[in-house]
Amino acid sequence: MTTKATRPNKKPIYFPVPPVSFVSSLFPSAINKIKRQNEIESDLISVQLLHQNKIREQIRCAIEMAKSTNDAQLLIQSLRKAYAATPTNLKIIDLYVVYAVATALIQVGYMAIVGSFPFNSFLSGVLSCVGTAVLAVCLRIQVNKDNKEFKDLPPERAFADFILCNLVLHLVIMNFLG
Amino acid sequence: MGATSVASPAPLNSAPSSFPSLKALKFTTKQQELLIRVSALALIYVLAFVVRLFSVLRYESMIHEFDPYFNYRTTLFLTKNGFSEFWNWFDSESWYPLGRIIGGTLYPGLMVTAALIHRILHFFSFAVHIREVCVLTAPFFASNTTLVAYFFGKEIWDSGAGLVAAALIAICPGYISRSVAGSYDNEGVAIFALLLTFYLFVKAVNTGSLAWSLASAFGYFYMVSAWGGYVFIINLVPLYVLVLLVTGRYSMRLYVAYNCMYVVGMLLAMQIRFVGFQHVQSGEHMAAMGVFFLLQVFYFLDWVKYILNDIKLFHSFLRITLTCAITVGVLALSIGTASGYISPWTGRFYSLLDPTYAKDHIPIIASVSEHQPTAWSSFMFDFHILLFLFPAGLYFCFKRLSDATIFVVMYGLTSMYFAGVMVRLILVAAPAMCLVSSIAVSATVKNLSSLVRAKSKSPQGSGKPLSGSKAAAKASADQSLPFQKNGAIALLLGALYLLCRYAIHCTWVTSEAYSSPSIVLAARGHGGGRVIFDDYREAYYWLRQNTPPDAKVMSWWDYGYQITAMGNRTVIVDNNTWNNTHIATVGRAMSSYEHEAYEIMLSLDVNYVLVVFGGVTGYSSDDINKFLWMVRIGGGVFPVIKEPDYLVNGEFRVDKGAAPKMLNCLMYKLCYYRFGEMTTEYGKPPGYDRVRGVEIGNKDIKLEYLEEAFTTSNWIVRIYKVKPPKNRW
Repeated sequence: MTTKATRPNKKPIYFPVPPVSFVSSLFPSAINKIKRQNEIESDLISVQLLHQNKIREQIRCAIEMAKSTNDAQLLIQSLRKAYAATPTNLKIIDLYVVYAVATALIQVGYMAIVGSFPFNSFLSGVLSCVGTAVLAVCLRIQVNKDNKEFKDLPPERAFADFILCNLVLHLVIMNFLG
Repeated sequence: MGATSVASPAPLNSAPSSFPSLKALKFTTKQQELLIRVSALALIYVLAFVVRLFSVLRYESMIHEFDPYFNYRTTLFLTKNGFSEFWNWFDSESWYPLGRIIGGTLYPGLMVTAALIHRILHFFSFAVHIREVCVLTAPFFASNTTLVAYFFGKEIWDSGAGLVAAALIAICPGYISRSVAGSYDNEGVAIFALLLTFYLFVKAVNTGSLAWSLASAFGYFYMVSAWGGYVFIINLVPLYVLVLLVTGRYSMRLYVAYNCMYVVGMLLAMQIRFVGFQHVQSGEHMAAMGVFFLLQVFYFLDWVKYILNDIKLFHSFLRITLTCAITVGVLALSIGTASGYISPWTGRFYSLLDPTYAKDHIPIIASVSEHQPTAWSSFMFDFHILLFLFPAGLYFCFKRLSDATIFVVMYGLTSMYFAGVMVRLILVAAPAMCLVSSIAVSATVKNLSSLVRAKSKSPQGSGKPLSGSKAAAKASADQSLPFQKNGAIALLLGALYLLCRYAIHCTWVTSEAYSSPSIVLAARGHGGGRVIFDDYREAYYWLRQNTPPDAKVMSWWDYGYQITAMGNRTVIVDNNTWNNTHIATVGRAMSSYEHEAYEIMLSLDVNYVLVVFGGVTGYSSDDINKFLWMVRIGGGVFPVIKEPDYLVNGEFRVDKGAAPKMLNCLMYKLCYYRFGEMTTEYGKPPGYDRVRGVEIGNKDIKLEYLEEAFTTSNWIVRIYKVKPPKNRW
């Protein structure tokens, strides 16, 4: 587990700003004023109360729906914002991982079209992509300055290990390619 | 000592002409400790090698048992013809007329290792024969296993435990049984590879280094090339990762270690032709793949949680991802299993989970003597004091839980379960038992010796006010256990006694039970002298020298490897048992009447039939005792052979009251031909079978389609020639 960096908790802001709080703060004083006046107006007010409750319910529903769609948007936004904060060298590694996984998916798609003979070639192609992606993720873990466990590991050593493992991986792939 | 006086010790360099004084040998404590450790390890290394040499000293340097003869033959082929020929070898001398693709159906690790050692020795001008190298490969690798056990023990506990582990495994009978000199079998090398892989993986998890993980992938590759039991590793390691994930002890190091080992290890393992694509297609390997994908999802979620820093958002993300991942995973697994792409667990390994499966469905697996369930006495015989040191070691492991001790505990518990299911797997449990027991021994001895070495402190604090009840209790405790030191010394002596008994037991077991080359039998004669029965080799050499080179020999599958290796003749079935129908055909021939068997033998081009008979010498592993298995296996494929036909009231008899089909089947006739005239024991009638303990039923046997070719001097092996079909006019 990585240790959490101490950042202040940010409260999410919903749109639109609910006017309910404003109305409900107004109302008690309004009720008192109107109660001092005649009863016809009290009937009117009760009808208005009902109406206000309905509106309150509707606003609440709208906020719920807005919440779920906005949740996804907010998720993506906050993910994007948090990711933008990562250092550039880690972003390069992530790009490499995405490239490798995309290549693997393309190969699987090609296999689905063309068929899986010879199977060893297909396996070696896919596993080389998956393998190098996984090794890149291991490199990212070891190079990331936020990981306390790998504090003492110099990044040159991590990169050398990465190169060595990739070398062995690709030698085996070349033997397996057939 | 030197002539110069040593009143003032001169420094070493400036006294070249005098002998070095004893003072120059004064090491620091650290150096002394290192010296003791290194010399202990060196002695353990030599001990592990030497204790396995009993049979070489008593008989001669030869290969034991049955399976090692195949390994020897392939190694011989490898040294003569090179690796490329070996890798692409199609053998037409076994499983006639089918042949066997040897290059693609064996585990090459053992042969390649022996051939490599042979080549290195020849490079240094040691002109040894390959047979000597083969005989001594297993003890050599047993010595190397002790070294790995030392490092493993050091990794999980400390160097003291490592030393004890090395010492325990050097003489553990469970390991010696399959790695004695002459037992040139896969397990001799495989246990070394197993322990090496586990050690390297634990080291990788402890350090989180990609280099160690790569090394463990290579260790795994060596294990896959050596033995089919690699399935144990590929299932134990994912189980361990799962346990760590579930108990919350996971870390980044685990991710690095497992992923590199799995991907590179899987790719390396697929280079072995026998294993092929099993890592992606077989049900036994799916656990590893499942855990691999689980790890990716798990750590991805962990990373997202870390960068998002908001619980609510993360929970929604978690929900989406988990539902997607679980649906995809379950879908893939169900489609794969339903369509048959992912093959289910093979019978060999399924019978480990359900021990009754083989007896009902696959008689050939149930018939192998090494696959029987283990008896309690076998456990005591093979482990001795390790049996009760193992729970003690488990207790210590749980007291100080770490990634490494969790692994050893899991290894110990799973291997103990499998050792209980199958006798052969006691071998896999032996290193785990030794490691866990060594923790118990080392921790206990350490505690006791620290008690012994603690200087008895007189209560100095009588002047100071005793702070709190703790100090008072301690003072009173010191006073109330005046014999603490003596008790500790007594317990230490007890531990020493136990370990001495263990060493005596192991040596006795090795000498008496595990050092017999099954191909040469020994017994005590009337005068007390040793009598050697070398009948097997006598028969094989007769075959080699007195039959045409293309003769085909039919025998039960137990002897196939030995006939091809020593007799150099083509056999119908051998110990590989890859084709059940072919074996069932031979079983059917052995259990039919002579004229039916003759038809089958003509269809298979059989020229000679070989049977093993122990009635004269009292040798109980002969073909009559194995006969019911022939019937069962034959009857499993050909319903015309029914087991109750050969039994009387459910009892297997060969005397006068035996079933008529039994008294006239081919196996009976071949074993007991001319036996009715032979007197085997003083005071018993002629034709008395010493193994079954009865006088045989049918003494007047006439053979119509076969004739006796050779019977060895003690009647153990009998060879018959199949007569060619009669002329038509």
